[in-house]
Amino acid sequence: MLLVDVGLLRAKEPASRAAWIGGLTVLGLVGVLALLGQHLAVTGDLYFMDRDRVLVIDRLAIVLRIIIVALALGASLLSIRYPFTKHYGEYFALLLFATVGLNLLVATENLLMFFVALELLSVCLYALTGMHRGVLRSAEGAVKYFMVGALSSAFLLFGLSWIVGSTGATDLPALRDALAGGGNALRLTGLVFVVVGLGFKLAAVPFHTWTPDAYQGAPTPVTAFIATASKVASFVVGAKILLVGFAGMAGSAHWPWRELSSGTFGAARIEPGWVLLLAVLAAASMIWGNLAALTQKNVKRMLAYSSIAHTGYLLLGVMAANQAGLTAVLAYLVAYAVTTLGAFGVVAALTRQLGGDDLEDLDGLARRAPGMALLLLVFVLSLAGIPPLAGFIAKFNLFAVAVRADAQELGLLWLVFVGLAGSAVSLYYYVLILKHALVHAPRRSDPVRVDTLWMVPLVVLAVLVVVIGAWPQPLLELFGALVEGAGLIR
Amino acid sequence: MNAPLFSLARLDWTIYLSWIGVLAVLLIPAGKKEAIRWTALAFAAASLVVACVGLFTWAPATGGSGMDALRASFKPFEVTLPWIPALGASYHLGADGISLPLLVLTGVVAVTGILFSWNQENRVKEFFAFLLLLVSGVYGVFLSLDVLLLFAFYELAIIPKYFIIAIWGSTRKEYAAMKLVLYSFAGSSLVFVGIIALWAKAGGTTFDLLALKEVAFATDFQVFCFPLIFVGFAVLAGMWPFHTWAPTGHSAAPTAASMLLAGVVMKLGAYGCLRVGIFLFPEALTAYGGFWQLTIAVLAVIGIVYGAGAALVQRDFKFVVGYSSVSHMGFVLLGLVTLNTVGLDGAVLQMFSHGIVASLLFATVGRMVYDRTHTRELSELRSMRLVTQLPFAAVVFIIGGLASMGLPGFSGFVAEMQVLVGAWQHFPWLTIITGAGIVVTVWYTFRAFLTAFFGESGAGGEHLEPLPPITWQERTASFILLALLVLVGVLPSILLDRIDASAQLFINSITQAIP
Repeated sequence: MLLVDVGLLRAKEPASRAAWIGGLTVLGLVGVLALLGQHLAVTGDLYFMDRDRVLVIDRLAIVLRIIIVALALGASLLSIRYPFTKHYGEYFALLLFATVGLNLLVATENLLMFFVALELLSVCLYALTGMHRGVLRSAEGAVKYFMVGALSSAFLLFGLSWIVGSTGATDLPALRDALAGGGNALRLTGLVFVVVGLGFKLAAVPFHTWTPDAYQGAPTPVTAFIATASKVASFVVGAKILLVGFAGMAGSAHWPWRELSSGTFGAARIEPGWVLLLAVLAAASMIWGNLAALTQKNVKRMLAYSSIAHTGYLLLGVMAANQAGLTAVLAYLVAYAVTTLGAFGVVAALTRQLGGDDLEDLDGLARRAPGMALLLLVFVLSLAGIPPLAGFIAKFNLFAVAVRADAQELGLLWLVFVGLAGSAVSLYYYVLILKHALVHAPRRSDPVRVDTLWMVPLVVLAVLVVVIGAWPQPLLELFGALVEGAGLIR
Repeated sequence: MNAPLFSLARLDWTIYLSWIGVLAVLLIPAGKKEAIRWTALAFAAASLVVACVGLFTWAPATGGSGMDALRASFKPFEVTLPWIPALGASYHLGADGISLPLLVLTGVVAVTGILFSWNQENRVKEFFAFLLLLVSGVYGVFLSLDVLLLFAFYELAIIPKYFIIAIWGSTRKEYAAMKLVLYSFAGSSLVFVGIIALWAKAGGTTFDLLALKEVAFATDFQVFCFPLIFVGFAVLAGMWPFHTWAPTGHSAAPTAASMLLAGVVMKLGAYGCLRVGIFLFPEALTAYGGFWQLTIAVLAVIGIVYGAGAALVQRDFKFVVGYSSVSHMGFVLLGLVTLNTVGLDGAVLQMFSHGIVASLLFATVGRMVYDRTHTRELSELRSMRLVTQLPFAAVVFIIGGLASMGLPGFSGFVAEMQVLVGAWQHFPWLTIITGAGIVVTVWYTFRAFLTAFFGESGAGGEHLEPLPPITWQERTASFILLALLVLVGVLPSILLDRIDASAQLFINSITQAIP
């Protein structure tokens, strides 16, 4: 990509360079998709695995890679007409490098490879965030993202060094066997650092501080990429590490109903482990993400906080610590990624003509661009979890599975309470976006024209949101079979 | 087995027709307003016809009691399709004598609501699209026999309400719309938790209402889960103290939306309380010495008296009707927790009756009076002496008002009597207090009627510019509603036979569960 840009296109107009390089990227990604599709035809669950599980290509990994490449494809399509830089070669090259990192991330079960892939991804994302030339916020977001990200990498590496040092295992199944007897102080300390490091990557409160600035500052296609592809991969790998590697150190976060009702509170056991840590992160994310979003005036910043809240919901599925939980997390990630890509896509398509991406810029969208208003309605309502859209059924499934994990005690129900209180609050700010777009009178009356190149992918996404929401069975079935086939979780 | 898709036994066409209506309306160019109105009316009327056919072809099952008879009563209109086997949710629809009158009510209010919105000129296309979407959600709730499906339809009905009020409403519309939506959504969040808890506790394999009924939930769990579901739904039924969204929402809404909100949407809440809350957790009502039964009855009676009292002191004509809705929905809630057939009969009939009455009153106030005079302040209307200008509106309002008071000969009388008879068996003192509410109802209805229509002559009203005459759409819609009021009042058996048959099965299934 760089060679083509420097060697062949130096003399061309920026717009045509963008089209050439962007088109090349899209073609390449489509080719990758075709190749991965071919891999799916292979019978059996496992395609490739080396001794240390550095690269494990099973059916689950292939499907996840297809999803990630498709999301990258969506982000590249959004980028072609988004005017923010002249460095097209560098931009698309970085995007592709990040995609490589994501692909490695979902296909590894080795802690070292995991870290390397994560760094490859993160470094590309820092640079991409800062690529909005001449916009101060972009630079600010990039620097914050970089500082916090580097710190979190340090935490993660530190924690991993304790774990690997004390067990001698770098691949997840070996780690699981080594930790089967539960944790000691050394390993627990390592676990805490690992969870903190992951918390940064997943943008869980209180490690979320980079998110609003990076989301708002980054060029919108990059924001979409960070919020979808990167989030999917980070969650998958985080869940894998905790669910497989640290299976023996789960602990519990159950609300002591029985002890409370019988008055023997002292008998309530607190079991330290990552479930307890995640419970704290999840509750904080669901509460703070939703509350902080209430006062935002910028759509991207608001969606950043909303993504923090969604991280909280997702953590609940991980905490179920069983196959059904992982299935629910994956289904939610797909629903969330499709919706979020759509929402940022609408924002990206409109930013230039509306003159910004603040809430007020959306005023009167229903009059100026009825089609875009309808698309925005679908995506935002799906984020809010309104049936029959994807966000509703994914959230319902996630919460239901988390509670079913311990049906007799209903121990995780308190988190569902917190989550639903949060989503009741969240409806306010989601409706606020729609209020500006659909209810308010336009401040300018000229119609907004949107290119077909924007429209087509957005319409496809909207249809997907509706179809997944109304008929989620195929998706749930697919992931159910994949997770079971991968056989990671006992 | 499902009946063939194109047959009269498929009541789910009410839902699909509304959806097709939404699409049809969206496809018509925005400029052709008349075409849009007629299309919306046609689809609403078609749904109503389907619902009516359902009501008249459904025969009360004879003999038998218990679960088998209950299942059999849903059979004629049952539709079962797989939906999400992974969760145990199915697309399971059905209707019995309790849901059928409510389906007809939905159709009637939708049709008359569209007729009363004929003068809507602003963004007509979106207005009718949202209206039909709301109606489809309502039909879906009344038809669902699967808890998850019911909940999905219930939430589907929330969002259109926001836009209808915020875009086409009046007086503090954005505030009222947001308040209504947040109340509804907060309530449904409680229901959400309750549904997940009961599903997990039942083994996490089914959402089917009839299958869940056969799960023996422990009393402790029932007492924990029941309030989540009941209170969550009751927010939408306007239960005191969660009623405050109702008067503001109803008043700010455009006429058709006020009619649908007060006439049908509040019934969604009550229906959810009955179909999910009481049906699955009857023991919760009687456990601990009937704690929840008494609590809800007390809240219901407070609602009746408070709503009536508040209606008495309102300055805004529409708020009077808004608070009267809160008062009347109190009767429904009181009837639900009596746990006997008479009370339940009364509650369901009251849902129907109040749906018609509220629609009629909101149509008079919102469409006939407000759209012409552009004021709802009773003090300003007083000086207009509207009876001289709008005699038709005055007549409609007083008939609606008389029905609202529960005068014999109207549907409200039969309904409220039965609720009171049912309630007397458990809470004689509360029933007596309720009587006070009825007295106040008479008082506020006459106060509003006299001030609005028979104000002081000579106070300037004679110089009022002539108001636009009542249109044929308004007349037709008013006649439909008035005819129903009288018909059900004189011949309550049309509905009551069916309601009673199902209510008996319902109560049997409950009392068998209570030790």
